Amino acid sequence: MNPLALLGRIVLDFLAETGRIALFARDGLIQGLAPRYYVSQFLLQFWRIGYTSLPVVALTSFFTGGALALQIYQGSSAVTASTLVPNIVVLGICRELGPVLAGLMVSGRVGAAVAAELGTMRVTEQIDALVTLSTNPFKYLVGPRILASIISLPLLVAIGDTIGVFGGYVVGTRSLNLNAFAYINNTVDFLQTSDVISGLIKAAVFGFIIALMGCYHGFHSKGGAQGVGRATTNAVVSSAILILAANFLLTTLLFGN
Amino acid sequence: MAHITLRNVRKHFGRKHVLNGIDLEVGKGRSLVVIGGSGTGKSVMLKCILGILQPDSGEILVGGENVVGLKGTARDEYLARFGMLFQGSALFDSLTVWENVAFGLIQGRGLARSTAKDTAIEKLAQVGLTSDVGNLYPAELSGGMQKRVALARAIAADPEIIFFDEPTTGLDPIMADVINNLIVDCVKRLGATTISITHDMASARKIADDIAMIYKGEIIWRGEANKVNSSGNAHVDQFIHGRAEGPIQMDVLKL
Repeated sequence: MNPLALLGRIVLDFLAETGRIALFARDGLIQGLAPRYYVSQFLLQFWRIGYTSLPVVALTSFFTGGALALQIYQGSSAVTASTLVPNIVVLGICRELGPVLAGLMVSGRVGAAVAAELGTMRVTEQIDALVTLSTNPFKYLVGPRILASIISLPLLVAIGDTIGVFGGYVVGTRSLNLNAFAYINNTVDFLQTSDVISGLIKAAVFGFIIALMGCYHGFHSKGGAQGVGRATTNAVVSSAILILAANFLLTTLLFGN
Repeated sequence: MAHITLRNVRKHFGRKHVLNGIDLEVGKGRSLVVIGGSGTGKSVMLKCILGILQPDSGEILVGGENVVGLKGTARDEYLARFGMLFQGSALFDSLTVWENVAFGLIQGRGLARSTAKDTAIEKLAQVGLTSDVGNLYPAELSGGMQKRVALARAIAADPEIIFFDEPTTGLDPIMADVINNLIVDCVKRLGATTISITHDMASARKIADDIAMIYKGEIIWRGEANKVNSSGNAHVDQFIHGRAEGPIQMDVLKL
């Protein structure tokens, strides 16, 4: 095939997919977040997406905070370490690493599960069955997942931030012999509310991306088991890439000046 | 007046033209069976009537009203008149059997769970299942039992129109006949108008008042069920007798 034609096809496919995702996002938000509400579905998804992701996010945050403390200590002198370690750990965790790592971990757990579940429902005609039973799949399936994910992620990140800072504290005071009292003081003095809030805004956006990609790829899976597998992979890969891209964009917007 | 009317309905996916101008009428309370080989557009036709797929052109009238492109509450009310039995049963595997049967009543119509459960048990009894089956999950049932549950779900809300998508595919001949009998009973009891699609001729003869044959996205023959043997149409003859030789050529690689 002509390489220019191939390039054109790739660009067109990409644009078409982007358009389909945008339309799906519109339907998910407009139909999914308007009444009628399936409260039990929302609670179920909230439990699945939020609560069951807690151990993964907590462990990731703890070890990241600890590793961060070790590296910063390497890069600072004996004099500056007592302020640099707590300052950079708390800033790095709250602004960047907390939301991004939680987003990536949850996209691997939840995005994949959502895509596989909805994908199986699609190929076994369960989504069509919903329609014939007077139930809008956007309200019953997509809406609760998007809402639960948007609410869960900031809560997860708030908990993850705390545990991440604690990880830095444990490494800093136990293995680097920093003063515990000074460590906490330096952390509290340096941290501003906006640092935490910006991280939570990021988390909400990531939550939306994860649920949207999981639902979109699940809804559009076809061709049996292989199709569902492909949908799952696509959901995880696309949400991971979108999370990293959105993180860059949000960092530019929130901390640009 | 016909209950369901399709006029020149067309639908294509990419370059593949699946429906090439379907014209079809089903009278109120009649049972139409659409026969035809795999990939001739049978399922697509049903999905167009339900609005799961949008036809490219043509009219679909139900009760005299055009129903193409309905949205919002009008669409919800329209779909509430239908029941559908899916080929693979399409039971919700995260819900128990009775919750599956009661789904349309609880989620679609807002009935209380206890009332809906009573109706579900009653409908399960109509398809020959006891109430203790109601608490099992679909995965714990055999294919034939799943089909029965799916039938109970399709008739749960007493719909005026029911679609059966290959109701006997994948069942042994005896269980297939049981399902056929249940379909005939349930439909008679409700007085519903039905369209069934199948390539199982035994099933078609049993449940049909009228038979139509679809070939390459067009209705090439229709008539009363007892006339299907003397249709005078070579395509129909080939299909009902299941012959490899005839005007319908399968795309099989010749060695």
